[in-house]
Amino acid sequence: MPEATLVGAVNMALARALEEDDRVIVLGEDIAVNGGVFRATDGLLERFGDERVLDTPLGEVAIAGISVGMAAQGLRPVAEIQFMGFIYSTIDQIVNHASRLRTRTRGRLTCPMVLRAPFGGGLHAPEHHSDSTEAMFAHIPGIRVVVPSSPSWAYGLLLAAIRDPDPVIFLEPARIYRTIKQEVADEGAALPLDVCFKPREGSDITLVTWGAMIKETLAAAEALGAEGVSAEVIDVATLKPLDMETILASVEKTGRCVIIHEAAYTAGFGAEIAARLAEKGLLSLLAPVERVTGYDTVMPLPRLEHRYMPSEARILAAARRALAFA
Amino acid sequence: MNGRICKAARALAGMTQADLAKAANLAKQTVADFERGARTPYPNNLAAIRRALESAGVVFIIGAGETPGVRWRGPGGGEVKPARASRQPGGGGTAATAASFEIHHSRFLDPSGRPVQPLPEFARDPAALIPLYRAMVLTRRFDAKAVALQRTGRLGTFASSLGQEAVGVGLASAMRPEDVLFPTYREAGAQLCRGVTLEELFIYWGGDERGGDFSGPRQDFPVCIPVAGQAPHAVGVAYAMKLRREPRAAVCVIGDGATSKGDFYEALNFAGAWRVPVVFVINNNQWAISLPRTAQTAAQTLAQKAIAAGIDGAQVDGDDVIAVRHAVDEALHKARAGGGPSVIEALTYRLSDHATADDASRYRDAETVSAHWRTDPIARLRAFLGNAGAWSKDDEEHLIGEIDARIDAAVQAYEATPAQPPQAMFDCLYAELPKALAEQRATASRESGGKGGEDA
Repeated sequence: MPEATLVGAVNMALARALEEDDRVIVLGEDIAVNGGVFRATDGLLERFGDERVLDTPLGEVAIAGISVGMAAQGLRPVAEIQFMGFIYSTIDQIVNHASRLRTRTRGRLTCPMVLRAPFGGGLHAPEHHSDSTEAMFAHIPGIRVVVPSSPSWAYGLLLAAIRDPDPVIFLEPARIYRTIKQEVADEGAALPLDVCFKPREGSDITLVTWGAMIKETLAAAEALGAEGVSAEVIDVATLKPLDMETILASVEKTGRCVIIHEAAYTAGFGAEIAARLAEKGLLSLLAPVERVTGYDTVMPLPRLEHRYMPSEARILAAARRALAFA
Repeated sequence: MNGRICKAARALAGMTQADLAKAANLAKQTVADFERGARTPYPNNLAAIRRALESAGVVFIIGAGETPGVRWRGPGGGEVKPARASRQPGGGGTAATAASFEIHHSRFLDPSGRPVQPLPEFARDPAALIPLYRAMVLTRRFDAKAVALQRTGRLGTFASSLGQEAVGVGLASAMRPEDVLFPTYREAGAQLCRGVTLEELFIYWGGDERGGDFSGPRQDFPVCIPVAGQAPHAVGVAYAMKLRREPRAAVCVIGDGATSKGDFYEALNFAGAWRVPVVFVINNNQWAISLPRTAQTAAQTLAQKAIAAGIDGAQVDGDDVIAVRHAVDEALHKARAGGGPSVIEALTYRLSDHATADDASRYRDAETVSAHWRTDPIARLRAFLGNAGAWSKDDEEHLIGEIDARIDAAVQAYEATPAQPPQAMFDCLYAELPKALAEQRATASRESGGKGGEDA
């Protein structure tokens, strides 16, 4: 089995999708000849030609809007937005059109498109390149929001997203694009878009996260393990629709929960999970739900970004508070 | 495209290898190697060669079941060549002309219904114009009924197209069933011509998504409320048509206000760069709610916005249905033949308020509005048909009776349609409802007490 990085697995999934389905179109800025600024689309132009792998002019509104039109005609556009900071102008197209075309026409027209974007900090990138604003998308009805955290999940989830008959926002954690290598079977197997993954089983505390924070979260779980605490780690993977059942089942078992995300604190997606735990899991909770998140500040420039993003130490501190609560 | 096709295309365009290389921004050797079969250029270079040849007037024949080849269309896209950017080699002096353009305006009937030039082929027999006349009258009677229903609380907010009937009817009558329309919220005339039913229009404006499930034009988009948002959709649909080598086109209607929006500029730019079969029709009714056209932009015409995107732009008298139909016909012909996009600005006037929730007397005076009744598109065509002996008072009475009966029947059907049950909110949200939403759907259903929907 070939080893792949997360970005390599994205590339494999795109190639597989282009190979298996003529309707798949890959488009975006610098994605064809240049192979994408992160090389996620490297080599696709040569294999699939310039009618299906499209370098677009610069214009995110058009990239998203054209994808809506393509999808309504039965194509399967997979559009890349270069960085999360450039995605905001597409939100109009996602909220007003992609997400509701099926509803507005009672299923006559549909929108099977995928909007991919790298997101998150830690790359020492310029301003506007490091945002984590997944919660903005998770708030929109009618779409799916998917965040892979490993090469094999990226492969299976992206294939599922492309095959899904509805719009999917696929956010790729750029910080771990190349830090993990895994064997990825390029056999075209998709993963479900409505379940959480459980990369680590445990019984004393539940750590819930997604995207690049999986790295610090797993490290914290290891550290807790060394102290004799058995931590369970849940990778939400699909923020919308949210598989609350898996999270609730875990918290019923452990009674304690820490939610970790890089995005800002207020109205971050952790708030949604915490609210649902309060609604449906209150009697299982032995301690208040803890959230370890970015601050309610503008994403700082690179010299301070490591101070912004949750560290293993902050996760551990929160976990210890939850464990100590009686 | 292979090297032989390239050579043939170049011969058609009368270009040397050096000319082509220059136009495609490549080395001459790249073209030469390609043509003698020595080396295939990189895909982006190949695309540049193709674009250069297409811009010079070559059409590549690549349809399914056809022998690959080339045809000559000529530069600028055939007859619809009202605007043309010309590039002249820079010369002496300090200010050589880098580009210049003209926007042509066309009209066939003057406001009194008299032809001002020979009519186009489709309009030679006056009887052939009667369907257009009927469609415009239907639009106006429907419009009046919709406004009346809104005033009496039987319909939601409605955007009238009073005075603009020639634009919608003209453009839609030029389309083929397999083309795709992208209407604004003020294009009931175009929608009716496309086969959207009166009942569907009432159901939609009455506040029910089922009015967007057109029984006729299944691929047409529903009206677009966020201004200009549909412009990029049309480019995406046109790309799909081009990719599949289908002789179809997208027709996107937008208003004068929409031409100020980034969505429109981005869509135009992509359409030009990709040379896709899309026709943008700007329904310039002079008003974007309260903002007059003069305050909307400093541009002399809205059609010229096409020029910056490398697209042909033309202006037509939007109150002359023959002119609208003719211009869209020509643009569609060009688009289907691989000649790329066009922009047509149809000049008309919004005789109504912006919508039923608007009071236009706050920002424009009644005299100006009544002066514009002189250019009424329906009276214009009626005068022409009358002069030609093709339309009589009896015909008119008969038509009104027939149309009003249809409208009344549609209103009855609309008013007899119960609201959807509340769980319908969930039923077309996704192809299959995610299980995470099952509980919310059950709540919505339970809270209605098991009853069907009721109107608020």
